[in-house]
Amino acid sequence: MTATADKATVAPVDTVTLTIDGTEVTVPKGTMIIRAAEQVGIEIPRFCDHPALKPVGACRQCLVDVAAPDREGNVRAFPKPQPSCAMAATDGMVVNTQDTSEEAERAQKGVMELLLINHPLDCPTCDKGGECPLQNQALSAGNAESRFVDTKRVFEKPLPLSSEILLDRERCILCQRCTRFSKEIAGDAFIDLQNRGAMQQIGTFDEDVLGFDGYGPVGVAAEDESGKAFSSYFSGNTVQICPVGALTSAAYRFRSRPFDLVSSPGVSEHDSSGSAIRVDHRHGTVMRRLADLDPVVNEDWITDKDRFAFKWQNLDDRLTKPLMRNDEGDLVEVPWPDAIAAVAAGLAHATREEDAKGAAILPGGRITLEDAYAYGKFARIVLSTNDVDTRSRIASDEEQSFLGAHVAGTGLGVTFADLEKAPSVLLVGFEAEDEGGVVFLRMFKSVGKQQVFTVAPLVSPGSAKLGATLVPAVPGAEGAALAGLDKDAVKALSEEGAVIIVGERAAGSAGALTEALKLSRKTGARIAWIPRRAGERGAVDAGALPGLLPGGRDAGSAKARAEVAKVWGVDDLPGARGRDAAAILVAAGAKRLDALIVGGVTPSDLTGDALKALENTPFVVSLEVRRSEVSDYADVVLPVAPPTEKSGTYVNWEGRLRGFATAIPTDAIPDHRVLSLIAREMGVDLGTHSLAAIANEIAALGTTEASARPKAPAVKRAAEKASKKKDLVLASWHQLVDEGSLQDGEPYLAGTGRTAVARVSQATADALGVTDGMVTLMGRSRRSLELPVHVTDMVDGVVWVPSKSPGSWVARDLGLEPGDSISVKGGV
Amino acid sequence: MPKSDDVWEVNRERDGQTKPFESNLPKKGAIGQTFAPVAGFGVTLRNFFRPTVTEQYPRVKTPPMPRYHGRHQLNRHPDGLEKCIGCELCAWACPADAIYVEGDSNTADNQVSPGERYGRVYQINYLRCIFCGLCIEACPTRALTMTNEYELAGPTREGLIYEKQDLLAPMGKNMLAAPHPMVPGTTDDNYYRQEVTEPVEEQIEWVREHRSDDPTLPENVKAATAASEGGRD
Repeated sequence: MTATADKATVAPVDTVTLTIDGTEVTVPKGTMIIRAAEQVGIEIPRFCDHPALKPVGACRQCLVDVAAPDREGNVRAFPKPQPSCAMAATDGMVVNTQDTSEEAERAQKGVMELLLINHPLDCPTCDKGGECPLQNQALSAGNAESRFVDTKRVFEKPLPLSSEILLDRERCILCQRCTRFSKEIAGDAFIDLQNRGAMQQIGTFDEDVLGFDGYGPVGVAAEDESGKAFSSYFSGNTVQICPVGALTSAAYRFRSRPFDLVSSPGVSEHDSSGSAIRVDHRHGTVMRRLADLDPVVNEDWITDKDRFAFKWQNLDDRLTKPLMRNDEGDLVEVPWPDAIAAVAAGLAHATREEDAKGAAILPGGRITLEDAYAYGKFARIVLSTNDVDTRSRIASDEEQSFLGAHVAGTGLGVTFADLEKAPSVLLVGFEAEDEGGVVFLRMFKSVGKQQVFTVAPLVSPGSAKLGATLVPAVPGAEGAALAGLDKDAVKALSEEGAVIIVGERAAGSAGALTEALKLSRKTGARIAWIPRRAGERGAVDAGALPGLLPGGRDAGSAKARAEVAKVWGVDDLPGARGRDAAAILVAAGAKRLDALIVGGVTPSDLTGDALKALENTPFVVSLEVRRSEVSDYADVVLPVAPPTEKSGTYVNWEGRLRGFATAIPTDAIPDHRVLSLIAREMGVDLGTHSLAAIANEIAALGTTEASARPKAPAVKRAAEKASKKKDLVLASWHQLVDEGSLQDGEPYLAGTGRTAVARVSQATADALGVTDGMVTLMGRSRRSLELPVHVTDMVDGVVWVPSKSPGSWVARDLGLEPGDSISVKGGV
Repeated sequence: MPKSDDVWEVNRERDGQTKPFESNLPKKGAIGQTFAPVAGFGVTLRNFFRPTVTEQYPRVKTPPMPRYHGRHQLNRHPDGLEKCIGCELCAWACPADAIYVEGDSNTADNQVSPGERYGRVYQINYLRCIFCGLCIEACPTRALTMTNEYELAGPTREGLIYEKQDLLAPMGKNMLAAPHPMVPGTTDDNYYRQEVTEPVEEQIEWVREHRSDDPTLPENVKAATAASEGGRD
């Protein structure tokens, strides 16, 4: 049963009273009989029925005897058993299930026998064996013997719908849960029923229907009769809801059995939605992850990234012991006390010596609230600097002011439920499907009822599925587009409950956030900030940004500093203006820093020359789960616990605390404890040794009043760039499934990612003289990108490429951010 | 209040039984009662004239009954492919949690058992096993059976965890060691119906191509036999 998201706002509803197996039950009007039966504890066997999907009555397993009052009020039985999942309860109805009606029981047994006629009964081989509704209900509601003696229908097995999702058509009972999910929930109808009668089967749908040409999957996928492959960001959910073993995932294929697995609840580390997941592990190894039901956040669904990308935590390059440079300059394993002592000495040298140039921290955006808090506090009271910034991405001072004034420590703001109910939504620098994941699923629930506007250079496939209206904007000029929003859009946003979503890319466009705030004030629409990474919101709340102290306090305000210093038990906090991540890299590259602490930062995600910065810094400490490029430059590498091996809290974009417990206990320790150990070695009690201690401190700090917060940004929007004639403006965002470092080690998932193409408009393509074939993109940095060009209906003078898809690593290879100008040449 | 410390008496009084215990066995006659104290020696004397049953283990090993529950064995199909599909039903059935299995996918290059799935890891911990045979009943492919081998003692704990190679049945006549492809044109169903009776030329050719030194190849078997016979002369 899906619980209602917020019960308080549910208006009183009409109810009906019916009798099921002699028990009276009152349910809201429109409730299906099967749901009403659940309320009185009567279980009716079912396959096609799923609480989150519309009723279809496809499998006929839930047949029950029904009698209902006719026009004269006489209760009259239906001549035949009725599907309880597709029949709404009415007043005075009398239902007899298999428990009280022989007719219903016989009908159910008959259906079960029919379903099993072509079922291969290969349970020992099947991944679903042991947790299979068909297995269970064949035992509870089926005959012991089959009367079928002929040859069963056979199909080739398995049929890979994509590199990840495998279809075994022999096992399929045609309940259509997967196709209904694809149509109703994910909005990408890649699979559907094909053929009729005994040869009816699930197959992949023609992808042309959604205009997905050029967006096919990267990996191999067998073609079905229509010749197309399954490519969806949410396809893993079909595996979970399949009531038989017809859909299985390549990653979990034949790996284990349900009785092997220990299930721990968790929270996904992949995006800022904080989706509830179930981590299934065996002997300390994660075997799979499933969606957990959380009605207020992700409902029943998660993205494929949440589901399949977990191998990164335990690849061969996983660090378990501290590493330190020996006399030859090689990294060698050392005991923890030696490593901590070395870090303490190095940092003391960099910050406390006479002519020390100071140290800075780049924690990365994937950390928990507690880790972010520890990094922020460590910078202020141990390193005496404000140079700490989790935003290893496109960022700006304007964004920091916006976050400080409107996001940090504001608690629960716009929620998923608000988003679903919003009459209109404006997306600024945000792609709901690629960057939001389950945010897209929530919005898709309201498609048709909700007006969506997207300020972007093109309508992406995700936005197209939401029926979004394009507010055309060249990247960098989103502010101007917002200021010049047409009347219809402004009117739509003025409706009660409208929402403006700004993504992290809005930071890259001067004035965009200022204009978004202006628009919010003008229309009354509420603003929600949805970053990509899981730790971003927590870091904002915990003060791991250069200008922000915990609870939304402005690091530049003496009053705010005094409040925090009091709780931290120190005399004062550094007042000097902190550098943001980009500035830290520049400073380090110019040898203006003596030490750098780097957390979970992937250098290839950074536009600035991170490697040069690391090389030019005398003392580099890396706190990482895996050996990375940073390790190559680090003097000391300290291993930290990956999310499944630690407890903590993510703050999702709503501002909701998403706490999770340790799934697999190991001796790996989380960042906040490592920092606490270093601080102790340096003679400072950081007080971040335990989650409880941190929670107490955060509670003691609370939030602050407006006077101690940063002021809302007031940045003049960028004027239209007088671009050089030949150059185009770069547009780019991360696709959900790409080559991000948290998706490493999972080739099956990578195969479902979309191929990288360079999108340009027809006019731009004509000007370039390429309408097909390859184009070369050249940026500031040493390398260039060569991608197939794809003519798209979009803003002229702009080229769009994915940020980190195969063959398109924009930050590393171009050194450019969206909004920068880029030279594009046709042909190779 | 009971007067006596004798609990039996107290109980008898409580239950209203005042009669002392009397045996139901027939009372013996006068001669019987006379010899009763030494009657037990009669059993001893009688056995002087019976054949001995002492087993001279370990010098002489007596075979147990044919259905004795001894060490397990993982069987093979007649063409040498393994019968185990790694379904873990044995592990599931095991009341002592003695069996550990990990399955994996058969691939074109590594076809270990017929069908899609094979057991990559198979371990039985003989420190835990109680030889109840539930695993044998659970096995859907008759891969797991029990032998009559009962000598399962060892000096280390690790040594008593038997791995797959320890449990696999020895190669029978004509069998070709896995992995190799299935007999062309067959499915796993044909194997279960025992329609595959020996390796075919395609399989032998495949092994010859991939592992020409495999001792189960016909020519290598012949060579080995010749060598051993030659040695005997």
